[in-house]
Amino acid sequence: MSATSTTAPTRGGYRRSPLRRLRSLPLYLAGIAVLLFSVFPVYWMVATAFKPVGEIFTRDQTFFPQAPTLEHFDRVLNGQLIPGVNFWQFLGNSLVVTLGAVGMGAFLSLLAAMAVARFRFKLRTAFIILLLVIQMVPMEAMIISIFINFRQLSDATGAQLLGNLSGLLIVYTAVSLPITILMLRGFVVAVPKELEEAAAIDGASGWTIFWRILMPLVAPGLVAASIFAFITAWNEFIVALTFLGRSTDGYTLPLTLSYYFGRFGTEWGPIMAASTLLTIPVMIFFLFVQRRMVSGLTMGAVKG
Amino acid sequence: MAHTVERAADRGKEGTVRVTADSAPKRRRKLPTPYLLIAPALILLAVVLLWPIVQMVWYSLTSFTTRNLLPNQPGPEWNGFAHYQRLLTDPEFWTILRNTVVVCVLMVGITMVLGTLIGILLHKLPKWFSTIVSIGMMLAWATPALSASLVFRWLFLPERGLVNVMLDRLPDWLVGGGWLEYNWFLQPGSLFTILITVIVWQSFPFVAVSVLAGLKSIPGELYEAAKMDGASAWKSFWNVTFPMLRPLFALLLVLQIIWDLRVFTQLYILANSFQNKDVYLLSYYIYQQGFSASPANYGMGSAIAVVMTVMILAVTAYYLRIMIRQGETR
Repeated sequence: MSATSTTAPTRGGYRRSPLRRLRSLPLYLAGIAVLLFSVFPVYWMVATAFKPVGEIFTRDQTFFPQAPTLEHFDRVLNGQLIPGVNFWQFLGNSLVVTLGAVGMGAFLSLLAAMAVARFRFKLRTAFIILLLVIQMVPMEAMIISIFINFRQLSDATGAQLLGNLSGLLIVYTAVSLPITILMLRGFVVAVPKELEEAAAIDGASGWTIFWRILMPLVAPGLVAASIFAFITAWNEFIVALTFLGRSTDGYTLPLTLSYYFGRFGTEWGPIMAASTLLTIPVMIFFLFVQRRMVSGLTMGAVKG
Repeated sequence: MAHTVERAADRGKEGTVRVTADSAPKRRRKLPTPYLLIAPALILLAVVLLWPIVQMVWYSLTSFTTRNLLPNQPGPEWNGFAHYQRLLTDPEFWTILRNTVVVCVLMVGITMVLGTLIGILLHKLPKWFSTIVSIGMMLAWATPALSASLVFRWLFLPERGLVNVMLDRLPDWLVGGGWLEYNWFLQPGSLFTILITVIVWQSFPFVAVSVLAGLKSIPGELYEAAKMDGASAWKSFWNVTFPMLRPLFALLLVLQIIWDLRVFTQLYILANSFQNKDVYLLSYYIYQQGFSASPANYGMGSAIAVVMTVMILAVTAYYLRIMIRQGETR
């Protein structure tokens, strides 16, 4: 369907004449407009991150950094965003809590997805409906009672669940479950039962069947669901804000960024540099799961 | 046992030897296994996410404040529907509720219309170009809410923000004067405009890409037939595209409403404080009552949360209906 194949019939069945191509010019212009609207804020974030202070603190904003500099990145990476704590610790916090939640979530979801996909049991439909509903109730509404729960649990058991990463880890794991289970379920269903049965006849144990037959086939789904959970946990803000409070040692990256913005709201260079760093991992993962992102969220509504 | 044999026999030519070989172990693990498998996930969900919903309703009927969390203090006292009565008679709450609904409707409406139009556009563009545009849209979609909010705050900053600078450079007869110092973040109208822009910017790619996927699944002959009948683009959208993609549109609509009703992070950055009650939305009000008001009023916050949850559940009921119809629960 390239522009050179002028005589080939196209999707609509018409022939592409020069006039036709001219008439599709508005479409191209609209496409360029969409592209600009989508990309510009991201570009502006990155561009600002590379501008020296003098180009930021001015009314004469230029589209391109005139004298690109790494000073803001240097400040974010090597300085102290919050007195006493540096970027790497926040990055570590974010990684520990997101990867921990993703790992635990993936394991629990795989078990549950197996149950839902492979067995018929009484509570099955109720369980699926529960997942669909719980996925919808917003954290913003539950935040007060979740906070009180964890506070009372901490007081009762002496375990420190607030002010450090442990409480966050539990909540993020739970939050990731519904969507991961529902996504994984489709992958497990897609593995033909006959494969497992054939292995069972050959004398393979349940564990062997799971690791040698099912896992390799479900792995792509597990990766997609995990990336999905990673992005959600990586971006999560309101629970971290509530649970960590003033314990800056445990701050995750989004919280650090918000804190820094609150304290040094005029330092747009470092703020944009840190925003860029926060965005990069999500962008990379996004490219991998883009297709699944759509099918995972709309499930069966798009067929084909 | 008879049932298992029948089913296995239905499956085909394998014969009876196999049936006895694999039905015996299967029968044994059939009863407890699924429950054991869902138990860990179910327990975690019940404790962390389900129980708090019940508690939220209970707390909303009590006078629960920070005081009740201190050691050696009595638990919260039952005070009936006092919070709800106060909410219903509080003009401030009604304003916030109205703003939440209006802002949500605008976000969802603009996202859906823009997303659909762009989905159709992508479908009409040649493959190479539509791929480029899609990748560009991915950038907007993938940007974390926090980064996006900060960028938009920076773009609309008084005196130095690019939008203010550009508007100031435009001739006064076109856009009026005084844009350079204009502060977008003080008044609800202008602040919500930016909030809607951020949300639409982040959510239209999902709608566009979904609609594009849907369009690809519609057979081209339908459009050819419509064209033969002399239908315009507008007509063929309403008579072919829309009926074919109805389930998709319903689902997208529901998801957008639910996601946009709960917006918090973006408002937290754009408003940048809890001082201006005029710019509150429901989720912001809940958080303010629970964690920013002094003393923190958990009871009142929970009552507002119940209102919000009821709104969300009403929409979720419709979502469930779609899912059940699609056979997702089977």
